[in-house]
Amino acid sequence: MNMLRCAVMALFCVLLAAPAILAQTPQPPPATEGFVPANDLPAVEQLPAAPLVIGAYACFLVIMVGYAWSISRRLNTVEAEMRALEQRQARGSGQR
Amino acid sequence: MRKLFTPLAILTAAMLGYAPIAIANAPYESTMLLVQKIFYFHLATWMALATAVTVCAAGSVIYLFKGNEKADRIAFAAAELSVVYCTFGLISGSLWGRKAWGVWWQWDAKLTMAFMLEMIFLGYLIVRKYAGPGAEKLAAAMGIFGAATAPFIYKSADWWRTVHPQTSVMKTLGEKAPPMWNVVWFCGVAFVLLFVVLLTLRVGLEDRRAELDRLYLEAEA
Repeated sequence: MNMLRCAVMALFCVLLAAPAILAQTPQPPPATEGFVPANDLPAVEQLPAAPLVIGAYACFLVIMVGYAWSISRRLNTVEAEMRALEQRQARGSGQR
Repeated sequence: MRKLFTPLAILTAAMLGYAPIAIANAPYESTMLLVQKIFYFHLATWMALATAVTVCAAGSVIYLFKGNEKADRIAFAAAELSVVYCTFGLISGSLWGRKAWGVWWQWDAKLTMAFMLEMIFLGYLIVRKYAGPGAEKLAAAMGIFGAATAPFIYKSADWWRTVHPQTSVMKTLGEKAPPMWNVVWFCGVAFVLLFVVLLTLRVGLEDRRAELDRLYLEAEA
């Protein structure tokens, strides 16, 4: 009899708490039945264009400055080699 | 040319300095809006590239048939600049395509042929560097065939199905949006002038290398 009373009390407590538990549990969204195309994407979802535009112009600047620097570096190497060769030739003619 | 070089370099720098202001003031395109502004540098790059491959082909033909070494040096310099401009053309197109088409790259006729052009001119430079004696003539042939692909790349958007805008865009731009058209040509001229300036510097480097080779030969003799 005690057991039955305890079971009824437990069931009563659960039933009392049920509305509070149900109120706290978020309801899952209904299952998706199909995808619907959006006509206008919200602004926050769109890929921003500014970094791409700035990236393109920055890339041009880097490539052109880098290329001009590369020409200057190669020209300096050739000039240094020419000076070294001329000095060697001058030393050689001096020794003779 | 030496007398003209400094004024030309100053004019080019001034035009390139003003280009971003002109582009910022140009009207927005109705569907692509801000990202369409890449177009002004993108198209100008291909204009300069077309000039570069034409110079390379002309220099290569003169070298092959007349043996003119100066023409070969000009062709070599133009081939290197073709690689530089083509690289920027592909990168700027990719950045534009990411926004306009939603992808960085598309293996369609125009883009794939442009990529092949880059490969041909990279091949030209590799041949010049590593192919040993006779590499100049082999590279010259590559330069001519590389340049021969340029008209096909230009017309490919009209001939085949491709996501790339057709050549008629330029025609309609001139009729419908003269302010945009003016900026396109301003940037195009600036990029071609930049090509001339860089070509002059690069040919100067090749001239000095030829002079160095001559000095070495004299020293050994």
